[in-house]
This record gives sequence, structure tokens and C-alpha cells, in this order.
Amino acid sequence: MTDITSRPPLLEVRDLAVEFADADSVVHAVNGVSYTLREGETLGIVGESGSGKSVHVLAMLRLIPMPPGRLAGGQVLFEGRDLLTLSDPELRKIRGGSIGFVFQDPMSSLNPSMTVGRQIMEPLMLHLGMGAEAARKRAIELMDMVRLPDAARRIDQYPHEFSGGQRQRIMIAIGLSCRPKLLIADEATTALDVTVQADVIELVKELKREIGMAVIWITHDLGVVAGIADTVQVMYAGRVMERGPVDDVFRDPRSAYTLGLLRSLPDLTAPAGQRRRLTQIDGAPPDMRFPPPGDPFAPRNRYATPRCLTERPPLEQAPGAAPGHLAAAWYDLPSVLAAEALS
Amino acid sequence: MSQIETGQTENSAEKKPYPLISVRNLSKHYALRSGWGFKPSVFKAVEDVSFEIMPNETLGLVGESGSGKSTIGRAVTMLNPPTSGVVAFEGTDLTQQSERQMRAMRKRMQMVFQDPYSALNPRMTVGDFVAEPLLIHDIAKTAAERKDIVAELFRKVGLEPRYMARFPHQFSGGQRQRICIARAIAVKPSFIVADEPIAALDVSIQAQVVNLLQDLQEELGLAYLFISHDLRMVRYLCHRVAVIWKGRIVEIAPSELLYGNPLHPYTRRLLSAVPVPDPAIERARTRLPQVSGLTEGPDCHALVEAEPGHYVAREALGGGA
Amino acid sequence: MSVLSTPAPAPSAAARERSPFEEALRRLVRRRGAMIGLAVVVFFIAIAVFAPYVAPYDPTATSWLAVRKPPTWEHPFGTDEVGRDVLSRVIYGARASLSAGLVSVALAVAIGLPLGMIAGYAGGFIEAALMRLTDAMLAIPFLILAIALAAFLGPTLTNAMIAIGLSATTIFIRLTRAQVQSVKVEEYVEAARAAGATPLRIVLRHILPNILPAILVQATLTIAAAIIAEASLSFLGLGQQPPDPSWGSMLNTAKNFLSQAPWMAIWPGLSIFLAVLSFNLLGDGLRDALDPRHRN
Repeated sequence: MTDITSRPPLLEVRDLAVEFADADSVVHAVNGVSYTLREGETLGIVGESGSGKSVHVLAMLRLIPMPPGRLAGGQVLFEGRDLLTLSDPELRKIRGGSIGFVFQDPMSSLNPSMTVGRQIMEPLMLHLGMGAEAARKRAIELMDMVRLPDAARRIDQYPHEFSGGQRQRIMIAIGLSCRPKLLIADEATTALDVTVQADVIELVKELKREIGMAVIWITHDLGVVAGIADTVQVMYAGRVMERGPVDDVFRDPRSAYTLGLLRSLPDLTAPAGQRRRLTQIDGAPPDMRFPPPGDPFAPRNRYATPRCLTERPPLEQAPGAAPGHLAAAWYDLPSVLAAEALS
Repeated sequence: MSQIETGQTENSAEKKPYPLISVRNLSKHYALRSGWGFKPSVFKAVEDVSFEIMPNETLGLVGESGSGKSTIGRAVTMLNPPTSGVVAFEGTDLTQQSERQMRAMRKRMQMVFQDPYSALNPRMTVGDFVAEPLLIHDIAKTAAERKDIVAELFRKVGLEPRYMARFPHQFSGGQRQRICIARAIAVKPSFIVADEPIAALDVSIQAQVVNLLQDLQEELGLAYLFISHDLRMVRYLCHRVAVIWKGRIVEIAPSELLYGNPLHPYTRRLLSAVPVPDPAIERARTRLPQVSGLTEGPDCHALVEAEPGHYVAREALGGGA
Repeated sequence: MSVLSTPAPAPSAAARERSPFEEALRRLVRRRGAMIGLAVVVFFIAIAVFAPYVAPYDPTATSWLAVRKPPTWEHPFGTDEVGRDVLSRVIYGARASLSAGLVSVALAVAIGLPLGMIAGYAGGFIEAALMRLTDAMLAIPFLILAIALAAFLGPTLTNAMIAIGLSATTIFIRLTRAQVQSVKVEEYVEAARAAGATPLRIVLRHILPNILPAILVQATLTIAAAIIAEASLSFLGLGQQPPDPSWGSMLNTAKNFLSQAPWMAIWPGLSIFLAVLSFNLLGDGLRDALDPRHRN
């Protein structure tokens, strides 16, 4: 883990803010998100719907519809260049070139009337200037790489001739086609069966070792993050609540929200009959048209202090935690939990 | 091998006496459209499935998409009646009921669906929606009586009764699922089929709904058929679990036996793929890539009792059976 | 008896107690085009209803002293070939045109909606038979079919309305069926079945309220088409009979005097244009306001 923090930064997000405006209100979807992703690092971003986890990555590549969406501030430095101010042609070179994507729904992300081969070849010809023949050869290699059997024959088939898991592999092949420095996967395995999901995750891990790319893996599934990420980042109400090395965050969470997410899952280590009841997080996320002034999770947090309701905690190194383990909290969760255990 | 043979139609004698619902040899086939006068081919969505659910018991149905688990839920409730088989519910064979008789039976069995967004009628207040079964089954005489019952149901599922006059779009996914559950328990059923009731909800909300289902089971003595692809939640919530693969039950056992000692290669593969929210476990695990080691033969799909209460398809047991 | 320690929070504060209908109404009010359309429609309906009070003259009173006079203060819209006041005739003509639009569409909905619901919900043979029938009718253009029917029924305004209504029925059968088919697979319809609801209850309580918006939009737009159809029939002499005015029959007469007395054509023509445009604006606005994509 230490070698990751010493690597040069690849992506630096600074104070990114995204809003969606309609006739009578403004939804503050992302509110000052900052983080650094280093070369070769796998960042798992977890959060529930409306946390801003997907919107902020789409916004940084200007893939959200604008309007109603708008960038309300911040910088996104990718290899030192601000993606938010790049011209459209320059940005297009990066999208699908040095930054590859895999989205949730492989059915609607693939063009049904185009062979999968052509869809894999397209970015190669567009971004790398390959000729048709070279691109086709490379496309077959890519299909082999994502373990699609019989690539040379199946390259001329259409998306409907592949299963859901195979289509997701094709999406990954497209995402990886230009040997990206960064692969962004947004709920890429959510629609898949667990066995297929396991295969896809194994595949991405192997490819990471081969290509050495960085990955941003966005999901709501803490189990998937545990299996794939070096660093985990927990988002809520458009903010980063906690961020750190995956083992530390899971073992020693410092945000009550992270703790709540972990405890809402069944703990199956105890024998049946002695298991604790699921700890539910009561209430609902805040209405992001009216973001709360303090810690956005405070109204649902039974460990919240009065200060949490009025003042926003900064995302800082958590005291006594592993280096690089950051949390945005006014309370000190370990001592609060220790006191609770005593009483 | 000392396995007790149990044909699927027989009922082993040591079982508790009265299952609430007993499904025997249930099959659901679909005729596939075929061109130019060929004999239409048949898609067997569910094939020869048998199981029982005791009062106050939760049976989990797990399997991947297309396995037929949802089809079983809809066949058991006669929303999509089976092609063949028997569904004996509280002593009545539902497959032999007329439409009208079946409508009356629905008072005893209810359903909770996956998508709480499309499960609520957008143009009905949630109070009216919860009250509808009372009206259908003629339970409350007056509007005031109905309103009292609905208020009580709202409290029971953790919603404030003053929300009754609101419309669905004003509620979150978790609240909508509670509204659906309130409606399902309105007529005091003994059995609820819950088809992926938490799949569309955020993690933090799933716990709310699962806790609610457990509390209601305790309080009202409900039995559940809990259909889900979330194997960890199924282990937590269900007393017994049936694994569905290619339209058949390949293994059925009390949860801890099934998860602790999976016998069918498919069950093992499925369990090896479930992500665990613990980085150390995740790093250490090995995943089983393929289902292998199945034997073929006549009767290979028949369930065999491998240990007390733990049944597995004969195909998983190798040459010994 | 609460089984949960904490009740769930209130739904968002900004959306209190508003029904989907009220939400749609709010959106409608914010659309300028729709509001202008609505204002003009209301204006036309008002002058049609209060024609005897607002018309300065008897629309059928002739005057040989004032034949084809251009607009003056006395006759702001001019007079026609037998000296009748064009303004008064346009005002009374609104009655024929609007009632033709409203009555014929009401007829079309009254027949089309139940048939479409039966076809959409029941399916099977009934659906196949109804769909073949509507296919056959849709093979003939709307106006041609209306003209043929009106000619067959005989030239009166009532028959014109019936002809237009029957011709428009197919639109509503098909629309209703398609809407029912998309709504009946929603989980709440399934949920109603699972709760033991009778088919009648499912159709009336769960399906009908959810397809009415689409029907309403189509009805508004069809009124515009029906007004044109009535004008066309009257223009051909198949609708309103002389001396009673309708915009179409006024145009029919005016066509003979286009160069000498253009005002005879301009005012009824403009009225048709305005009425049709307003109904279209209103229909488009309704469509946007009721579109579920605008709902959160």
C-alpha cells in the first residue's frame, strides 16, 4: 500500500461542484469533492443513489447533459491538464483514449446494429489512427484478452448474439482498447449475476497487472470494493465522508456513515441464532435542493454532536488512523464506540 | 452411502405435520414461436419443482437471472399459473380454483414486488392504495373503519399515518417498499411471496426493510417465500434455502447446512462468487470458475437426502447413488 | 405497536400534499404557449356561448342595401354577398365549428376509449378483430373517410359531427389499446391482481386513471383536426346548411368573391386558423405537462 502513495498523481480532483437546475430549484449534486488518484491505483467509490458518486465522474469528463447540469466550480487535473477547461476536440481525444469507460448497462451502451468488432475498432482508428486491418487485428487481441472465446469468428457478430456477461466483457474491451491510463467503471457489474460479476472482477484485476492502469470503480456494493480496491472513498450527499486504504477503512471506519453501511450488512461470522440484528440507518438522505449547513449525515447519525448540525467538518487525516485515512467528522468514532460499549 | 431416497412426490414421514404451502412437481413451460409450421419448441422455465413452507417459516429461493426463481413465485401465487403440478395452500389446491375462488384465496396470500417505483399506482393516494385490499375483501365496513386500520398499518411499518393522503412520487424507495408491505399485510395473510424486495433499494435502506420483514413475521406469524439473488441476505433472513439452477431445485436445506456444507457444484460455485465486505477474506478466497463433476443418468435431477433435511440433486453425488 | 424505533422522515418539504394532477396543472400554467392557447380557446367558447349577446346583428338577416361592403365602423368585418354582417356570422359560426370539434371528439372518445380498453386488456380474438377493423379504417385518410360518411349520412351539421366522430374513433381505439398495454404490465396492476382485485376494478381504478392524460392530450389535438374537418365538410356543402353560418360554409361562399370581397374569406379563415392553432398549442402544452419524464 505504501508504494501507491509514492507514485505520481494521475488525476487530481479539486473542489469539484456540480449542480442541476430546473425552473424552480437547484439540486446541489456534488459539493466540493477533492481527491488524488495515483498511477496504477484502484479507487473504489461507494455511496448510495444521489451521493454524487456517478455524477461527479461523468461531470469531470463533461458527459452530463448541460443544461440542466452545470459545473459550479473546481478543477480536474488529468496528467496536469484541467479537463474542465479543455476544448471539446481535446477532451474527446482523452475520452475513450487515455481514459476508458465501462458503464452499467451493456445492453444500451452497445450499438445493436453494429458488429462488436467495429465497435471495438472504432476508438482504435479514432484515437490511435490505426488502419482498418491493424485495428481489426488488435480488436481480436482485445477480445482474447477479455477472455471472449473464439474471437476471430465472433468479431463479426452483433451484440445480441452475446450473453450479458460477454457484452460486459466487450464493453471492457472497448474501454481498454487504447490502453488507457485510467479506467472508469460505473456500476459495471451491478446488472450481472454474481458468478459473472466475479469473473469480470478477476479479469479487471488481471488486466490491471498486465497494463498497469489506474481504476476508478464506482459501486454500491461494499463486498465488490473489498475485493478490488486499494483505496476506498465513501460518498454521501455529494461529499467525500471518508477515504483511505481499503483495509483500514473496513476495519476501523471513522465516519458514522461508513460504519452504518458496514453494519447494515448481515454479519455472518456469528452462528445462526446469535447474530446481531441488522443495524438500519433510519431516515433518508437530505434533499439536495436544500443541502444542510453542517455534516450532511448528522440528522441520521446517533453519534452526531451539536456542532455536526451547524458546521461542516473538513476531510482530514483521522487521528490515530493509518496515514492517508481521511474522514470528515467532528466526533471521534473509536472513542464514541468505546464509550458506548462500556455503558 | 446411506441416503434416504425421497421421490419428489412423496413426503418423508418425519416432517412436521402441516405445511402451510406444499408445492409438488411444479412446471412452467412456454411454447416458443417457431416459423413455417414446425412443431413449436418448448422452453422449460421451471421443471418439476417441489418444496414446502411451514407456517412462520422463511424459505429463500436463490439463483441467477433466468434460473426460473421469479417464475416459481408467480406460479405459486397463480399470477402466472403453472403448466402442471400441484400448489396446495392451507389444504386447497390452487391450480384447481376458478378465477373467482382464487380472488378470494388471495386474502390469505400476498405479494411484495421488486420495484417499489412501479409497484405503486401513481394516481392513487398511498392511503387508498393500502386500503384497497380491505375494500376488495370486504374487511372494513365503513370508510372511517378503513382509515383506522390503514393508520394502524402505517404505524406498524414505521410510516406516519398523516402521510396517507399523499401520492407515491413524494416517497423514497424505502418508504414505498414499506407502503407495499403495509398493503400486503392489510388483509392479515398467512403467506407472503417477496420477489427481490430489496434488490432496488440502497444498502442502508435494505436493512430497514429486512428488519421490518423479520419483525412482522414474529408479530403476525407470517411465512415468506423470499426470492433473491443476494445470497448473504438470504443466509441471514431465511430458515431454509433452495438453490434454483436451470429451472430446477438442485439443492434445498436449512440455511446453515446449505451455506456451511454446499453439496451441489453449482451451489459451491455460486457461493464462491459472492463478494464479502472484508478485504482480507476477499484477497484469500478462490473462486470456482465452472460447474463440474456432475453425473448424468436417469433420475439425475431427483433430490436425495444427503443429511437430515439437506436434499441435493442426485447428479451432484457422483457414482455412489 | 410500532415495530420501528424511529419513524421514517417526512417526504421532502417542497412537495407537500400535491396530487399528480396538481403537479401537472402547475407545469401547464408555467407554459406560455399553452396558456395563450387556453385563453384563445376560452375566448372562442365564450363568444360561441354568448353569441346572441355579443353579435351586433342577426347573422341571417340580409340587407340589399349593404351587399359586399368592406369593413366600416358599422360592420367592422364587412358584409357578405347578401348584406349579412360578417362579424355576426363569424360569432355564430364559432358555435358550429366549436361544437363540431367538441361533440365529434366526445363521440370518438366515448366509442374509442371503451373499445380500446377491451382490446388492450382482454387481448385475444376481440383485440384481433378490433385491430383489423381499425387498420381498415386507417387505410383511408381521416378527411376522405369523414367526407364519405357525411355524404352517406346526408348534409346536416349533426351528420357532419357523427361522420367526423366516427372517423376519429380509430385514433382513440388504437391509442387507448397501446396505453392499456403499456400500463397493464406495470407492477401495480400485477399487485392489484395479487391482492385479488376483479378485472373491472383493475381497469377502472388502476389502468384508466393512468391512461387518461394521454387520451386528454390526443383529444385536444383531435379537436383541432375536427374543426378543420368540419370546415372542410361545410366548405363542400356537407356540413352546416345555409343560411346558418359556419366558418367553413362562409369560406365556401367567399371563394366566389375572393378578388372583390376578400374580407368575406379573411375573417372566417383567420378564425379557423386561430382556433386550430390554440387547440394545438394547448394540446402540446398538456402533453409536456403530463409527460412522466418531467416527474421526479
